[in-house]
Amino acid sequence: MTPPVMKGPATVPHPYPGKLIVVEGIDGSGKSTQLSLLRKWLDAKGYNIFFTEWNSSELVKETTRRGKKTKILTPLTFSLLHATDFANRQYHQILPPLKAGMVVLADRYMYTAFARDAVRGVSQTWVRRLYSFAVKPDLALYFRVPIEVSLARLLTGTRAELKYYEAGMDLGLSPNVVESFKIFQSRVLNEYAKIVEEFGLTVIDATLEIDEQQEQVREIVEKALAPYKPKRGSHAKREALFWRRFALPEPGGAEGEADRH
Amino acid sequence: MPYLSLEGLKGKLIAIEGPDGVGRSTHIESIQEWLEVQGYGVLTTGWTRSPLIGKTIENAKQGNILDPWSFTLLYATDFADRLEHQIIPALRSGFVVLSDRYIYTAFARNVVRGCDRQWLHDVFGFAIVPDLVCYLRIDVDTLALRVIESKGMNYWESGMDMRLGTDLYDSFKKYQGMLIEEFDKMAEEFGFQVVDARRPPEEIQEALRACILPMLKEGRTKRISKAAAEKAAAEKAVAEKSAEIVSEKTSELTPVTEPVTTG
Repeated sequence: MTPPVMKGPATVPHPYPGKLIVVEGIDGSGKSTQLSLLRKWLDAKGYNIFFTEWNSSELVKETTRRGKKTKILTPLTFSLLHATDFANRQYHQILPPLKAGMVVLADRYMYTAFARDAVRGVSQTWVRRLYSFAVKPDLALYFRVPIEVSLARLLTGTRAELKYYEAGMDLGLSPNVVESFKIFQSRVLNEYAKIVEEFGLTVIDATLEIDEQQEQVREIVEKALAPYKPKRGSHAKREALFWRRFALPEPGGAEGEADRH
Repeated sequence: MPYLSLEGLKGKLIAIEGPDGVGRSTHIESIQEWLEVQGYGVLTTGWTRSPLIGKTIENAKQGNILDPWSFTLLYATDFADRLEHQIIPALRSGFVVLSDRYIYTAFARNVVRGCDRQWLHDVFGFAIVPDLVCYLRIDVDTLALRVIESKGMNYWESGMDMRLGTDLYDSFKKYQGMLIEEFDKMAEEFGFQVVDARRPPEEIQEALRACILPMLKEGRTKRISKAAAEKAAAEKAVAEKSAEIVSEKTSELTPVTEPVTTG
């Protein structure tokens, strides 16, 4: 094995025995719901799963929270903080399970940064170079959805509110949150469209019913995992049991709560 | 960065680099005093002093949770925050900005920790090139003595995270030796003004002032990428000029009207 992944763009397949599956999409695309359903399924099949989420590392959580609250984040520091979070998670959460031969599921990956930071006016080349240390996913699913659908989901669904940065309010596009969300997320969608081409993401039509999408997802994942030999450790069962004791987490946001129990 | 306007930066950016404990902070204080007496507006800024993330870095150093990527990116965030909220505004209003350490410290520390050099340069690609970088150069034996005499050796300054030696002293010497080697390389690459820091403080101070005085009268701040682009543009212009001459010679009737396209 060649451990130093320090250089080179994330275009070469990783050499580790595990598999890395990531989901991408704008807020309200339903990707987190789909990922948690996928996790259930893989869990039931007896795979060893490790789950990691964008912007969740303890290292910068507090800073990001404070920065967002006081609104002193600039596009540059915003971008760098997310990269720091990612670097920290890759080192502590993504690489060890991959090396141990587990299936790592990531809710959002570097493509999120490519899309959002470009909209915020950060140099695209620079962001790509920033993430050049990232491990290339074995499968990247992109949940494509029109603005109206995602907006309707966010406003009437489980969350019923739009967050300041999620709506791109920091860009001063519109004083109205909904308007700002529309403009900002449309631009993010455009960026995603380019990224899908550039990095060959697998597109899922996220306007379909939840179960229809999940069926597709499972089919694709099954194919992607075909060459994969799962490693069964004696402790893995505990994790699986742990999960069966709880109901499926609500889409969006509730993931963290389920983890805390 | 496309969104960052760097037009009209009237001030001067001076970076003081050098290993831990060489006396940077003391000298910067004196320089600030000296410049202010002469009537210059002075802002000093230093590593990990960003209000956004400085504290997070301090906390992170307490626990053993830092990997080289996060380490680099945390410093980059700290630097970006200070760049946008302190350094650029100060330069715009014509201040002399004294930077206690600059991106070169990040380069040295993280190259030593195994980060890819090119990646490090890419990450800090948004930085402004200082008008002047003074490098306080010292040998590791003198440095070790000086540090023990003053505030003592600590975990990070000794690079204990890298397991270079069995105790602080051994580790310090190895780690700082590697840093000095990196700084020496960069001194050539980036054209630092080298100041011999083995001499008594008054002489060092004098040497620093001698470096700073001439540049206060001229020079302009540029971005690294911009400087590179300008250099490329200049080279292109030269090439085009010669091409123009050639084409003029060959056919005087067809002037070069192709617009200059930059990637």
